[in-house]
Amino acid sequence: MSDSGSCHGAAPQTVSRKEGHYVALVGPPNAGKSTLFNRLTGLRQKVANFPGVTVEHHVGRVKDSTGRELFVVDLPGIYSMTPRSEDEQVTYDVLTGAKESLGLPDGIILILDSTNLQRHLVLAAPVLALGLPTLVVLNMADDLEARGGKVDPSALAREIGAPVALISAASGQGVERVVQFLQGTGARPVVPQPRVELPVLPNLPARRRWAGRVGLQAGYTPPAPPEWTRRLDRIFLHPVLGPLIFLVVVLAVFQGIFTGAQPMMDGVESLIGWSGERLGNLLPEGILRSLLVEGVWGGVGSVVVFLPQILLLFLFIGILEDSGYLARAAVIADRTMSRVGLQGKAFIPLLSAYACAVPAIMATRTIENKRDRLATVLIAPFMTCSARLPVYTLLIAAFVPNTPIVGQLLGLQAAVLLGLYLLGFAAAVGTALLLRSTVLRHAKTTFVMELPAYRRPSLRSLLLRLIDRAVIFLKRAGTVILLVTVLLWVLAHLPYKDGKAPPIEESIAGQIGRAVEPAIQPLGFNWKIGIGLITSLAAREVIVGTLGTIYGIENAEQDSPPLIESLRKDLTPGGAFALMIFFAFAMQCFSTVAIVRRELGSWAWPAAQFAYMGLLAYFGALATNQLWLHFR
Amino acid sequence: MQLSFKNGAAQTLAQLPTGSQAYLERLDLPEEMSQRLMELGFLPGTSVVAAGSAPGGDPRIFRVDGSEIALRRDTACRLYISAEPIPDLDQI
Repeated sequence: MSDSGSCHGAAPQTVSRKEGHYVALVGPPNAGKSTLFNRLTGLRQKVANFPGVTVEHHVGRVKDSTGRELFVVDLPGIYSMTPRSEDEQVTYDVLTGAKESLGLPDGIILILDSTNLQRHLVLAAPVLALGLPTLVVLNMADDLEARGGKVDPSALAREIGAPVALISAASGQGVERVVQFLQGTGARPVVPQPRVELPVLPNLPARRRWAGRVGLQAGYTPPAPPEWTRRLDRIFLHPVLGPLIFLVVVLAVFQGIFTGAQPMMDGVESLIGWSGERLGNLLPEGILRSLLVEGVWGGVGSVVVFLPQILLLFLFIGILEDSGYLARAAVIADRTMSRVGLQGKAFIPLLSAYACAVPAIMATRTIENKRDRLATVLIAPFMTCSARLPVYTLLIAAFVPNTPIVGQLLGLQAAVLLGLYLLGFAAAVGTALLLRSTVLRHAKTTFVMELPAYRRPSLRSLLLRLIDRAVIFLKRAGTVILLVTVLLWVLAHLPYKDGKAPPIEESIAGQIGRAVEPAIQPLGFNWKIGIGLITSLAAREVIVGTLGTIYGIENAEQDSPPLIESLRKDLTPGGAFALMIFFAFAMQCFSTVAIVRRELGSWAWPAAQFAYMGLLAYFGALATNQLWLHFR
Repeated sequence: MQLSFKNGAAQTLAQLPTGSQAYLERLDLPEEMSQRLMELGFLPGTSVVAAGSAPGGDPRIFRVDGSEIALRRDTACRLYISAEPIPDLDQI
């Protein structure tokens, strides 16, 4: 670490003028902005939303040697100062002071890739023209040197009239120059006089020619082509080997998420169970204990269990992304995806959606084309996420005999599970095709992808990203699930009669279940399933806990049989299969609805999506149960 | 590859054989798309090399202004090229 600050608490959710000086970090995508940001701020960073927009940013703080604190805001990557996407608009607004709550930045750190300096310098002209104290950072100095390139930072500084630092954010080389700049921020800026006035540059070609001249004056020698990258691309994009490696990578990620995370998930689960029991022992028997142990601990715990899986997914994606392979994977996937009206960049979010739709939908931000991003967000929740797994497992265990189909290789139970995965995939593809021929008929899908040089991922930035993800996941999922479970617990215990909770059938939750029963009876569901369908609106796996609670309360007098036995008595096979189909299609996940609203910026899309998936689920389940009734 | 064009006969980037080089003449694309491609280096007059392609031949990968960019064929066929350098760029 080259900054002198000590670890402090979290930055506020939004930055405002009152809170002190701030410096904006800008640059083109792939220039190493996030790496520099991580190096400057370490763990003293937080994800923040700018007021009024749905774009997420990182805000971190740096404390200098005098104890003064200032904020560094990591802005979305831009190629030019002509804003077109929502991301670029935010960067533009911040730099021009259009964000009133924030005001003009006290300084700008413009980070450019020194291995491709002349193209990146194009961005320097409009940023310097803003007239704010600016440090131009030329990143990847180690790469430039290793490949025989050269640049004279002080000559460049004279040409453009702004201080220039040649650094490597990944290794930390030269980062002290950036810290020095930060320390001077807010004081009267010391800016060297430009040797020539920066010319007025009307358009991109003119700016590019200017950048070329400036680069020449600064003694810039472009580095030799990245030989290793070309060699690796001959393998990874090979007509035969390429797709094979692609498949192996996808399967390895898949296998890793499910098999690799299992021991960790079991560990977390037993830790939660153990601590819940401990908590229960500490409290006297009664309402408070029941609420805390069954409601809060059980409910929140059922979500926290998924943390290892989600972190593992982000670890894999982080490694693939930082190494540069993900860009190649998108190129390989593009042709297939274009056939269903999607594009290569959608491949990553859709793969992530097999773990959880929430991070998957956040990952669609890398798709700049609005039409393609919308299509990806709308189909992602059909992918069989890990929250469906507990529901499927329970129902299959209860209703499908494990007769072998292909010898010892494939049993009927596994085949049914595989079928459900395929069903979700087919629904996603079908929906993508439907969108292409209806609402998205007129917009064209496009694909433009810069292929960065391969790099070794840094452990540091991977870890920081994982911590970041863990905090976001726990905070978001935790708050929603907490509210719903407490609410369900309350509804299942009211109204009080003679000083104790009523039988579940007569509780408010039970009455709600009875009220929806007529609508779901043709699907083969009774009122208990009805309650489960309602509670699982919060998150799919909640239905397992809910049914456990309901059957548990119902059979409180006798030795309660296991959940599987109770289900077998209470549900017909037709109803059970209908329930599986229902869960394959329905958007039973409050977090997903909320994230779609946030990412697409309106309630209309998540509402339409929820209705569409709900109708598909209802009629799919109806058809399943009716077919069973007909043919049994 | 089904392309039998000599480098000189290729009119668009989609036809440029892998390993060949040409100069970009103009972009015939909607404003937003051509602006984005220009930001990535596809400026009229720039030298472009066809570097390879995804397995199956689409998208294709081009080397332009120090980086490698993947484009679909239906985009590449709207980028017109010339075998000779283009003079008088300052007039554009």
